[in-house]
Amino acid sequence: MLEFGILFPSVLNGLTTGAVYALIALGLTLIYGVLHIINFAHGAALMVALYGVYLLKSRFGIDPYLALPVVVPGMFVVGYALQRGIINRASHGRDENILLVTLGLSIVLENLALLLFKSDTRTIETAYTLTTLQIGPAFIALPKLVAFAGALAASGLLLWIVKRTDLGRAIRAVAKEKHGAKLMGIDVDHVYAMCFGIGLGCLGAAACFLLPAYYVNPQVGSGFVLVAFTIVVLGGMGSFAGALVGGLLIGVVESIGGLFLGESLGQIGIFAIFIAVLLFRPQGLFGARV
Amino acid sequence: MSNRRTFIQQSAAAATTLAFPLVGGAQAKAVKVGILHPVTGALAFSGQQCREGALMAVEDINKAGIKGLGGAKLEVMLGDAQSTPQAGAAEIEKMNEAGCAAVVGAYASAICLATTQAAAKYNLPHVVDVGVADQIVQRGLKNTFRFGPGYAACAQVAVGNLHVLNTLAGKPAKTVMIIHEESLFGTGTANLLARELPGFGFEVKDVIKHANPTRDFNNIVLRMKSVNPDIVIPANYYNEYALLVRTMQQQKVMPKAIYSVLGGAASSYKFLKEFPDAANGIIDCNHWFNPKDKRAAELRQRTEAKGLFFTYEIFNTYTAVRLLADAIDRAKSADRAAITDALAKSTFSDHFMPYGATRFENGQNMGAQPLMTQVIKGDIRVIVPREYREADPIFPLRA
Repeated sequence: MLEFGILFPSVLNGLTTGAVYALIALGLTLIYGVLHIINFAHGAALMVALYGVYLLKSRFGIDPYLALPVVVPGMFVVGYALQRGIINRASHGRDENILLVTLGLSIVLENLALLLFKSDTRTIETAYTLTTLQIGPAFIALPKLVAFAGALAASGLLLWIVKRTDLGRAIRAVAKEKHGAKLMGIDVDHVYAMCFGIGLGCLGAAACFLLPAYYVNPQVGSGFVLVAFTIVVLGGMGSFAGALVGGLLIGVVESIGGLFLGESLGQIGIFAIFIAVLLFRPQGLFGARV
Repeated sequence: MSNRRTFIQQSAAAATTLAFPLVGGAQAKAVKVGILHPVTGALAFSGQQCREGALMAVEDINKAGIKGLGGAKLEVMLGDAQSTPQAGAAEIEKMNEAGCAAVVGAYASAICLATTQAAAKYNLPHVVDVGVADQIVQRGLKNTFRFGPGYAACAQVAVGNLHVLNTLAGKPAKTVMIIHEESLFGTGTANLLARELPGFGFEVKDVIKHANPTRDFNNIVLRMKSVNPDIVIPANYYNEYALLVRTMQQQKVMPKAIYSVLGGAASSYKFLKEFPDAANGIIDCNHWFNPKDKRAAELRQRTEAKGLFFTYEIFNTYTAVRLLADAIDRAKSADRAAITDALAKSTFSDHFMPYGATRFENGQNMGAQPLMTQVIKGDIRVIVPREYREADPIFPLRA
């Protein structure tokens, strides 16, 4: 089992999954870092995005990768509207309200999906679903490699936005000192909604990269959201670099765990890490000491 | 000789005929039957196939009506078990409330276990169409009847025949790896296989289970690469089976044989059409029809004319509904106890399965048996037993 020819493909496989995890976690950590919202509706929003990609492919024949320019802005608009229209209004400025509002949103979205799509597990078939590339002793499915590259590119773009653009500076300002930012003329409500929109836009990108090698059903988000929370805690709440490294690490841990312990028990490694981080390094790998 | 009850029934029927001479036989009261399958959720494909098979049987039965009940027709109440035992049991409650005379279902073993038990509370006769776990018929439930074989019988046939094939080929295969789904069906089958195989000189190298749905078999196939077994035995449902075999193809893992038990490419025209290359040479031990019976070929044509694949779900449930109609006919009544009694004494033989006339012992049809099939030259052929053989087996596939 410890041969290179077996371990290496498993690690590669884990890295490709981990990149998508990272992208999902980036959206979550952005929303947390700035808005201090623990977004329980993150998984449900991913599910919505996956159904969007699925419908575009099955109804209009649009390839999931070509659907990126539709799904990402679509999810951004949904996120912006959700934050300004529902979450911001219903919270009345109290964090515990926001928790309940996002939890409620996730329940509403999941049950709407159940009503519209039934509990069926749906997949899409593309010409490249079964194509593999050989890297050394490993055969990696093409959609996974595309997901890896795409997720890294999207993460890079997000980091660039936060570090280099005016919007990014505003986001960082609001995250550090809300009142100060407001005094400097920053429209805080707008920045909040932009963050939520960008966070959901990340999910839109993740959905496009995920679906060619994955499936969608109304409960699909819950598995991801647990992993994404683990990654955010592991990397440090609100840390972008942490989310990226944490995502890749968790992907590899899951893959190796699956290899040695079997598919059902393989995920145990993820949650062991979650508990260990909370016990010994609660600020996360890249987080500042609280 | 007629007792008081049948006398009253007959007089009532006669009175109805006299009162409405113009409509006559059409007045026979319809018999309500529940058709319960997991038509949504992880098992949706199989559940929908079962439902289609059942509906085709009802269509055939209703052409002439049930003679023993004055040409009464079957009225179908459809149920959806949503791929979970709880939802299946809840549907039984509804079917009982609605006054169903009997139920046919519910495909998956774990669901059948729940639905038969729920139906037993109301003495509601339950014909199990697929559900291979033997616990289904081993709990002493008087209402439960399974037409097809259980997994112990199938595992025995599979292992016995694997031994014969291997011996005839000069024993090229020594090691086995079993991959199964995690519910009752897969786990039970895998346990039986793992217990039986060593007795025939096979070493079971690894037994791996996976969830439903699983969308990534890379780790399992990597493990397979490392173990390098001569024979791979999958026991799982369609989606995961297809993905497993395709991942093996992607990762270029080629064992001496893929030998599926209760499922697989060599008993699925769907798999054969979708992945002809991956299907080639695969051997299955599964529910299959008598290939020499013309009625099976006719039903296959009808199924394909509807744009559906003629899978075991279709013909198993089709014949299960015919079995129930036959029992209602013999019972000459829509009364639950009378139908249960007629099922227990059933000698139903007007079908195309390789079972002979039914003979139930504790709810299990004793003549039921799986057949061994193999994908040979792009078609599914029966290879064992001899009386149904269409082609000689190819084993091992690769030296």
